[in-house]
Amino acid sequence: MPSLASLEALSEMRQEVRGRFASVKTTLTICGGTGCQASGAASAIDALREGLRQRGLSETVHLRVTGCQGFCEQGPVLVVEPGDLLYCHVRPDDVDEILTRTVAEGEVIDRLLYRDPVTGEVVRTEPEIPFYRAQDRALLGGNRRLNPQSIDDYIAADGYAALGKVLAGMAPDAVIAEVRAAGLRGRGGGGFPTGDKWAACRAADGDPKYVICNADEGDPGAYMDRSILEGNPHSVLEGMVIAAYAVGASHGYIYVRKEYPLAVEHARQAVEQAREHGLLGANILGSGFAFDVEVARGGGAFVCGESTALMASLEGKVGEPRAKDVHTVREGLRGRPTVLNNVETLANVPRIVSQGAASFAAKGTAGSKGTKIFALTGRVRNTGLVEVAMGTSLRTIVYDIGGGAADGRTIKAVQTGGPSGGCLPERLFDLPVDYETLAEAGSMVGSGGMVVMDDHTCMVDVAKYFLEFLQGESCGKCVPCRLGIDRMLEILTDVSEGRGRPEQLDLLEELADTVATTSLCALGKTAPNPVLSTLKYFRDEYDAHINEGRCPAGVCKSLVTFTIDPEKCAGCGACLRACPSQAITGTSKQPHAIDPDQCTRCGICRQECRFDAIQVA
Amino acid sequence: MAAETLDAILERRGSDRDQLVEVLQDVQEADGYVSEAAMRQVSERLDVPLIEVYRVASFYSAFSLAPRGKHVLTVCMGTACHVRGAPALLDEVAARLEIGEGGTTDDGLFTVERVNCLGACALGPVVVVDGVYHDHMTPAKLRKLIRSLQDAERKELLDA
Repeated sequence: MPSLASLEALSEMRQEVRGRFASVKTTLTICGGTGCQASGAASAIDALREGLRQRGLSETVHLRVTGCQGFCEQGPVLVVEPGDLLYCHVRPDDVDEILTRTVAEGEVIDRLLYRDPVTGEVVRTEPEIPFYRAQDRALLGGNRRLNPQSIDDYIAADGYAALGKVLAGMAPDAVIAEVRAAGLRGRGGGGFPTGDKWAACRAADGDPKYVICNADEGDPGAYMDRSILEGNPHSVLEGMVIAAYAVGASHGYIYVRKEYPLAVEHARQAVEQAREHGLLGANILGSGFAFDVEVARGGGAFVCGESTALMASLEGKVGEPRAKDVHTVREGLRGRPTVLNNVETLANVPRIVSQGAASFAAKGTAGSKGTKIFALTGRVRNTGLVEVAMGTSLRTIVYDIGGGAADGRTIKAVQTGGPSGGCLPERLFDLPVDYETLAEAGSMVGSGGMVVMDDHTCMVDVAKYFLEFLQGESCGKCVPCRLGIDRMLEILTDVSEGRGRPEQLDLLEELADTVATTSLCALGKTAPNPVLSTLKYFRDEYDAHINEGRCPAGVCKSLVTFTIDPEKCAGCGACLRACPSQAITGTSKQPHAIDPDQCTRCGICRQECRFDAIQVA
Repeated sequence: MAAETLDAILERRGSDRDQLVEVLQDVQEADGYVSEAAMRQVSERLDVPLIEVYRVASFYSAFSLAPRGKHVLTVCMGTACHVRGAPALLDEVAARLEIGEGGTTDDGLFTVERVNCLGACALGPVVVVDGVYHDHMTPAKLRKLIRSLQDAERKELLDA
């Protein structure tokens, strides 16, 4: 592949690729992201490829395997263009019919269409589906239009045009001014203005300078960065090159979680392709600007989301943060000025440069501009990736897009911001989602995880879950975090096991305050948030555990007993076979019973029962 | 580990001490774990004190310091999986294989690991078995999966 030695060569390549795509009559777009692969996309893709070959359609029908399109719950998802017909849960067995009826004859296969779970209404195209209708997929929408393993696809879709514009005559300061004017703020959780960060790094003395893309998405329940890096890696790379040009950096790293093998693979391929095309390296597009990128795999430490810990890890060391009295934009990786931006932040940059700051800033609120991707998961009907303008209400996200509670339950909270964030109760769902509002309410936007919780979720258990997580992930360097989290967890364990005393909650709040005030890095400073927010909004659940020895959601094992409702039990024996401790007895078609002495309260029978006969009290 | 494997890794990575984490990642990938012998070799070749190699290898969850079983079951314990019942999956494994998280069965066939999040949250609870993702897991589905692996192993043993 020839190297692109100039801006003209890039334009010529774009025309050439578009010309090649012009002969395509039909495009079948199938999602091959991690989620859809889990749902069996790989075998459906193989079947499609083989089916097209057998029919001699490989030339006229383009099969595009994309990264995550976000509607994971319905995967594997296939879109037929033209017409934007959307098929859900596509299996290898369906492929023959799709090619025979839809591709050849233009017929619609009703069975594969999306069916609204509430109204039962059948929907043919993506924009008509409620999950998509209320979204603004400015960034995520790009995933559907390209194969992440093909630089041709990216270039055909105006990829690297923003870089071209920058290199053709924008001064670094003008690039920074544009990003500032857009009001772009860090999408990884900090919310720091990106333009300010770049300006500080540009002004710092030191050589070389570095640009790092933080793809160490450690928040459990968040996967938007995985989806972007997996689904549109060149957009991230292009953002990095522009950042490097703006701050004067010569070298960059993509630090990506090892737990995301597909993202690692796609990032590596994209770097290779960009090098081959002269979009990375010594003389980018013949402009004389030099910048190169390496992909480094994260070691699976949550604390490495902290900038100084991440940089230590890149230096081959233990991921321990340091005090940030001197910021990393001045002394970062190897003591040199370093810009660290999150995946989603960088992916927004080409768009801002191409379309101008004003178009980006037109969306969002006064302090939070643009769109943001959220991972909507947990006990909600439509799970998946959701992109909305900043300032959209939680209610719109959870109910209009998410479709409300799953299995007829009642939603009581949404957890935002991962282990650094908090749980917001249903009555606050009209709050707009922006950096300031969520922080005031005791949570945070964070990287964008939104885990929905219903009446089967115990808030004490959730707080305990996060403390256990943070206890395991605390690097142990500073005392308040290491010991403070331990002590807080001890109290929550007491509460969840029925030993809690009312005065312990005061101590819990006091400890939380100390940990938040005195910890070294953000992991410790924000560690109390899940505890404080549940104490603030769900105090009644703590009180029920402490004063009545009762877990209202039926989750805390020490406080519940499992029984079988003889009225509902059909005697199918599913629970009896499933029980790992042989605590269930009964004969076929007769109500079964649980021996409380044998029962370990694991809840497996409750998940197994199709008649809702397992009672938890 | 075989000296040639490490040679190949270092040829790719260079022997700069900055590369310690990446080199250990490669060792983990090649051998399935990071042995004491491998740590000694890496220490020598990168000129990093052994204690520092051990410190790094034991700090990151990506590295396993003991050999893992033939089949690796990774249970995702991310928030989304947690609220959809992932803890019951660890209970199920404990009941069927009599091992807890991080454990390996005596016959060396199974290792169970927990992971903080796999980023497949919309499909939770998720269990990865030998690199293959299984979505919407329930204790019953997991039980069937384990049983089919056990049956296959038994058959292999009889055929041999």
